[in-house]
Amino acid sequence: MFYREAGQFKTSYAADQAIFPILQDRLFVIAVLAVAYLVIPFISTPYFLVTIMIPSLIFCIAALGLNVLTGYAGQLSLGTGGFMAVGAYATFKMTTMFPELNIVIVFLLSGVFAAAVGVLFGLPSLRIKGFYLAVATLAAQFFLIWLFNRVGWFSNYDPSGTISMPPRDVFGIRVVGSGAAPEVRYLMVLTLVVVFCLLVKNLVRSRMGRTWMAVRDMDIAAEIIGIRLMWAKLSAFAISSYLCGVAGGLYFAVYLRTVETIAFDVVLSFVVLFMIIVGGLGSVLGSILGAFFITAIPVILTRAPHDLGIPISVDMAQHLEVIIFGSLIIFFLIVEPHGLARLWQIAKEKLRRWPFPY
Amino acid sequence: MTLSFSFGLGRLALAAAGAVAIVVTGVVPQKAAAEEDAIFLPLTVYRTGAYAPNGIPFANGSRDFLQMLMARDGGINGVPLEFPECETRYDTAMGVECYERYKDGGAKGAAVFAPLSTGITYAIMELAPDDGIPIHSMGYGRAAASYGKVFDWTFTFPTTYWAQATAFIRYIAQEEGGKEALEGKKIGLIYHNSAYGREPIPTLERLSEDLGFEFVSYAVDHPGQEQSATWLSIRRDRPDWLMMWGWGVMNQVAISEAARTGFPMDRFLGVWWSGSEPDVRPAGPDAAGYKAGNFHSIGTEFGVLQDILEYVYDGDEDAARENNWGEVLYNRGLVNYIYLTEAIRTAMEEYGNVTLGGEEMRWGMENLNITAERIAEIGAEGLFEPIQITCEDHEGRGPVIIQQWDGENWERMTDWIDPMHDVVWPMYEESALAYAEEHGLEVRDCD
Repeated sequence: MFYREAGQFKTSYAADQAIFPILQDRLFVIAVLAVAYLVIPFISTPYFLVTIMIPSLIFCIAALGLNVLTGYAGQLSLGTGGFMAVGAYATFKMTTMFPELNIVIVFLLSGVFAAAVGVLFGLPSLRIKGFYLAVATLAAQFFLIWLFNRVGWFSNYDPSGTISMPPRDVFGIRVVGSGAAPEVRYLMVLTLVVVFCLLVKNLVRSRMGRTWMAVRDMDIAAEIIGIRLMWAKLSAFAISSYLCGVAGGLYFAVYLRTVETIAFDVVLSFVVLFMIIVGGLGSVLGSILGAFFITAIPVILTRAPHDLGIPISVDMAQHLEVIIFGSLIIFFLIVEPHGLARLWQIAKEKLRRWPFPY
Repeated sequence: MTLSFSFGLGRLALAAAGAVAIVVTGVVPQKAAAEEDAIFLPLTVYRTGAYAPNGIPFANGSRDFLQMLMARDGGINGVPLEFPECETRYDTAMGVECYERYKDGGAKGAAVFAPLSTGITYAIMELAPDDGIPIHSMGYGRAAASYGKVFDWTFTFPTTYWAQATAFIRYIAQEEGGKEALEGKKIGLIYHNSAYGREPIPTLERLSEDLGFEFVSYAVDHPGQEQSATWLSIRRDRPDWLMMWGWGVMNQVAISEAARTGFPMDRFLGVWWSGSEPDVRPAGPDAAGYKAGNFHSIGTEFGVLQDILEYVYDGDEDAARENNWGEVLYNRGLVNYIYLTEAIRTAMEEYGNVTLGGEEMRWGMENLNITAERIAEIGAEGLFEPIQITCEDHEGRGPVIIQQWDGENWERMTDWIDPMHDVVWPMYEESALAYAEEHGLEVRDCD
């Protein structure tokens, strides 16, 4: 009833192959974008932008990256933290070596380094699968962190190995570093998220995405119908690591502004993996929902008792947060094992048939 | 399409409504219900997570001291204090969240932040100058921030990791019979593999060149439970002295491992974050002889601790002990806020007895001068040494003591040892100027 697509006829191939073929979907996405661009920056407090929106959006890109690899191409990876670290250190090295270089270009280039590293560590995927591949990518995680810890060059020989982001302007506007307004940082990250979402959405509908999915569903069958496994797997590793690398650069430069390698330890790899599991494997929407769920809910839960005026100690609030958040994850996975994105699908189905329950 | 679920639209809507309700409570900015004119001192603490055994005594010491001031004097010169806690779990992202949450709290925003973690200090000191909030990283954080000409909003007093490393070498030299005796000796460092643990390495490398001892380092990854391989290397290398830059569970494991492998305990020297009761208790009597640095004294005989006992715990010593009263890290939390409340008093001499914001507080910190007489007045005679901060010197060049664990208690064993300021100050300057260049900062003129 709310979601009836009856009467929407497609009269051209282009219309039939649109990303959002249904009018309601299109309107909904436009509305979300309008709110994200035109409403949120003006009504939110800097606190909300800095602690919830910016990290959530950055993790959207990381989750999107991992979803390409794990959700679409079926290659389990635990190296996300390492690839993000590559992006962060590449951003730092490039922007300190070439201070005049536009920082957005630096972010986009930093992903290239991560992609190269990703392809290198993706090579074992040609021989091993599943959990074994997870262990091989785990090696990437540990090796990369070890490398950044050990080699002083990556941190410009900082005594403690910490990198911090110098201020950078784009067209005269301070976008990162000291003095960058939260609204500007938010809009920049948001734009990158939109661009990458579009990119991935189109990739997975293209020939490349279809080969990934064929490999995911059954690699022998894929090989028999003429898909080159090496090319398919390595391209998935490259694109996935590229996105993770950009996310790492943003995580360092826009969100925390200073990081040490510990920020990219194996816990981060698991967190991003949980995002796509909770959000939905093989779904762009799932990456976004998962990133927001895992990043924002703990922050909100931790401060909820304080905001609601419930007088409990901070350590109790923290313990409660862990308990409630854990229960929420279990709850959502039991309700819908395919993630939040599937839940959204179901909601749409319901809306379509409402008020008739099937 | 076949639908194989029994999940009604009603329940879905309910879940969605619940989620929205949670989000909304988080988004709506809420002003803490508090006294309008209070000075706002948010306490970033970690009472949970891997480092909680060390975080709790520190947090209790800070809280009890401020509570005592409120109960005894009603604040500072009649201006009340507000000091909400914020849990960081020693995690940088959570620390930044705390900072963002509390920076605009109270009537005039947070007066000062003491981040209580080197990682959080590094992150917040990038943000704080924009918001006009001073940072006090007492004996942790970026050592080069002592150089006030570049880092005008960050203070490291009374001393830093680099200074402490030189004080340790001076102490070792004393024990060995002079600096010349260090030639050819092997001095090891077992460190937490993070920004914090790596801080002393350049200083020690530098000293090893200058003084001719061999420097070996052993990294332990966060959180530090697994150290058997590290200790195998230490047994193989047999360093004459071993220093430790550890934190939380890493300390406990290292000290137990040292005892188990028979490393001479009186040649094992911990940083001031590796020398508290929770660190040595698991090894207990086996750890007897283990030493650690400190920049304040230990014990409960000081007037200010007795005041806390009287005003916060109504003289109930058992209750106070349960809250870590008199433990090493408890005293450190207390000393942290003695410094900061003295800075508030200093600022009040300039600005009057009013609610202070970050700007005024920064002035108070930069003009801080705690004399021996003032220390006696506070009831902290012998607890810490007089200190003076200037525009250029944000460290105050404080001295260090060595304390020793006798199996049941920590005992102070040396007099105040001066770090080698002639070695570390040029290093602060070099590192700070490099930072200023990288970040395009102006170097202030302090004359």
